[in-house]
Amino acid sequence: MQRRHFLKNTMATGAVALAATSGLLVPVQVLAWNKKAFDAKDVQGAMKGSLGTELTEASDKIKIKAPDIAENGAVVPVTISSTLANVTSITVLSEKNGTPLVAKFNLKGKAEAFISTRIKMGKTSNVIAICESGGKFYSARKEVKVTIGGCGG
Amino acid sequence: MAKSSIKVRAKAKNGVVTVKALISHKMETGLRKDKKTGKVIPAHFIEEVNCEHNGAAVMNAEWGVAISKNPYLSFKLAGASGDKIKLTWKDNTGKSDSLETKVK
Repeated sequence: MQRRHFLKNTMATGAVALAATSGLLVPVQVLAWNKKAFDAKDVQGAMKGSLGTELTEASDKIKIKAPDIAENGAVVPVTISSTLANVTSITVLSEKNGTPLVAKFNLKGKAEAFISTRIKMGKTSNVIAICESGGKFYSARKEVKVTIGGCGG
Repeated sequence: MAKSSIKVRAKAKNGVVTVKALISHKMETGLRKDKKTGKVIPAHFIEEVNCEHNGAAVMNAEWGVAISKNPYLSFKLAGASGDKIKLTWKDNTGKSDSLETKVK
């Protein structure tokens, strides 16, 4: 009888211990991806969510290379380069997309201020590029006319 | 081994390495509807792209759904021929892939 009791007890405590450890081991979810910023429906919200501010300084040191007229909004090639010193991030927004924030590129170490990618654009609007340099934000924009939208369909 | 979803070319010129990458991914926005069933196709897109240069992080990109299907990405960094470039992506379903290449 005593032996049985002992087994029962150890098993019970064992289960509790297991539950406790597994509870402790549940990893704390760190969301690297900035959902709030990407879900924002307007440019201000997207900028605030992504950069923490909506104030940027217009700069002619940022160059956006994008077509004046994009026939297919699903694939708009955009190249952003800057001659600003110490650019730590480049953010791309498409003003009239359902969710304007397209992407944010965090640059570190040896990376240079140059990004080229292809984006989707819902309709004719400005492409906004924001470069972060020395804690300040600089922006530039360029209008791209879109003949066929690339969001939804 | 399954074919990698990433294609990378890295070339050095005058101390600057230009990395060009193509990732094959459908980048579904979650807004499109299936024409036959009328159901919304769930969002499926790359959230994060990381790049390491000789083991040190040089770029971390946060992407939204507005990046085109089969994303193309190009960027530059200071480096030389023979350096190692490693590219990793992760999508919203938790899938990921990575590829390491040498700078030409």
